[in-house]
Amino acid sequence: MKAFTYARAGSTADAVAADAMKIAGGTNLLDLMKLEVEVPRRLVDINRLPLAAIEPAGGGLRIGAVVRNSDLAADIRVRRDYAVLSKALLAGASGQLRNKATTGGNLCQRTRCGYFTDTAMPCNKREPGSGCQAIGGFNRIHAILGASDACIATYPGDMAVAMSALDAVVEIEGTAGSRSVAVRDFHRLPGNTPERDNVLEADDLITAVTLPAPVPGRHAYRKVRDRSSYAFALVSIAAVVEMDAGRIASASLAFGGLAHKPWHDPAIAEILIGKAPSKALFDKAADVLLAGAQGQGANDFKIPLARRTLHAVLAELTGETA
Amino acid sequence: MPALVINGTLRSFDCDERTSLLDLLRNHAGLTGTKKGCDHGQCGACTVIVEGRRINSCLSLAVMHDGDEVTTIEGLGTATDLSPLQRAFVSHDAYQCGYCTPGQICSATAMIEEARMGWPSAVTDDVETSPELSDNEIRERMSGNLCRCAAYPNIVAAIRETAA
Repeated sequence: MKAFTYARAGSTADAVAADAMKIAGGTNLLDLMKLEVEVPRRLVDINRLPLAAIEPAGGGLRIGAVVRNSDLAADIRVRRDYAVLSKALLAGASGQLRNKATTGGNLCQRTRCGYFTDTAMPCNKREPGSGCQAIGGFNRIHAILGASDACIATYPGDMAVAMSALDAVVEIEGTAGSRSVAVRDFHRLPGNTPERDNVLEADDLITAVTLPAPVPGRHAYRKVRDRSSYAFALVSIAAVVEMDAGRIASASLAFGGLAHKPWHDPAIAEILIGKAPSKALFDKAADVLLAGAQGQGANDFKIPLARRTLHAVLAELTGETA
Repeated sequence: MPALVINGTLRSFDCDERTSLLDLLRNHAGLTGTKKGCDHGQCGACTVIVEGRRINSCLSLAVMHDGDEVTTIEGLGTATDLSPLQRAFVSHDAYQCGYCTPGQICSATAMIEEARMGWPSAVTDDVETSPELSDNEIRERMSGNLCRCAAYPNIVAAIRETAA
């Protein structure tokens, strides 16, 4: 690990002005620092800032940036009104990691692409312009949607997928003041600048994530992975679906493991809403999801897997068994 | 110069900022019960209890824990005064080589408390409920602790008996 200076932030303004990389749980950052994928010269510790509360706000909940994943998953309001978020958090990592990992840090976790974490290999995300070895290489976990010629990495998390389905909003404090960004717009597609995972600028600090008022419906988080616990998603789906008189009254879905960001396409819900659930309808929704899907070889299986997983989730939430 | 309360005793250390909590415990505090397995948060051998919570000590900087209370395997019991979970690991033969065992026991000690607080897990059907610690629940909640000897059936039995 390269040497760095360490300071504890006394306030959010301190953290923004510190000209330093923020560290909260550190479970991803320290791992990458050991590999020298991340080499910050200065760290500012935000763990003891007063950003650890989950409070009612605007009919929904405001989750402080350093609320731990385990506390958020166990919060009774989240379990009752935003079960998809609780389920997504519990599907991620291990008990030990969830006790450290924070709401803001989880949004900022980096891809698990093996070329990104191997400093002996070229990687446009780690070293812009050096090339992408995942294209034509070992790409079993890589993106089938929204990738570019520069990068086919996936966003690895679960929490943000549920927050995308719930249409949560990220609150950010920066040198120019505070601003809000929808979770759906927070992460980026790689394009020609895959070194940028999200819209944060260097000095920005996430202070909170707000959830809108709860919406009615049944919640599911389905995560398909190589082992049944403590593994990243190959495909995951966060879904909230409400039925009314045998028809789908509302639906909100987001997908993990498929792209450089949690994938949300409002056209999928538009296909479903007002219709009676059927296998044919679910197929149409999958057609919309996968219209632009492009396999890379070793990850071709994700295309039919995403279709089948969508079928399973919609069947579970609508009661369609035919 | 972080100062930590380790197993009930306040101790201060002169260490580099890069020192992980794991390396501080083993190399500076002389408490080698906590094991280094992968050093990347993937195996759980380094699990200790900080401020009542189980964490991977390899993925935390010692300087981040200035003022914190840390409990290691040495703080849970001694050879002549084993903790209930340590006794159960002995009676169920819940190990082979024993390298992962301190992490397993620290993790399970805190995990039982998490379950008592009513925390759900990824295998809890209805996350609004607080499930009993079934074998399936124990396995899911302990998935952050790997055992290369695969003593899992006996580890689950030892935890089940202690949690009951």
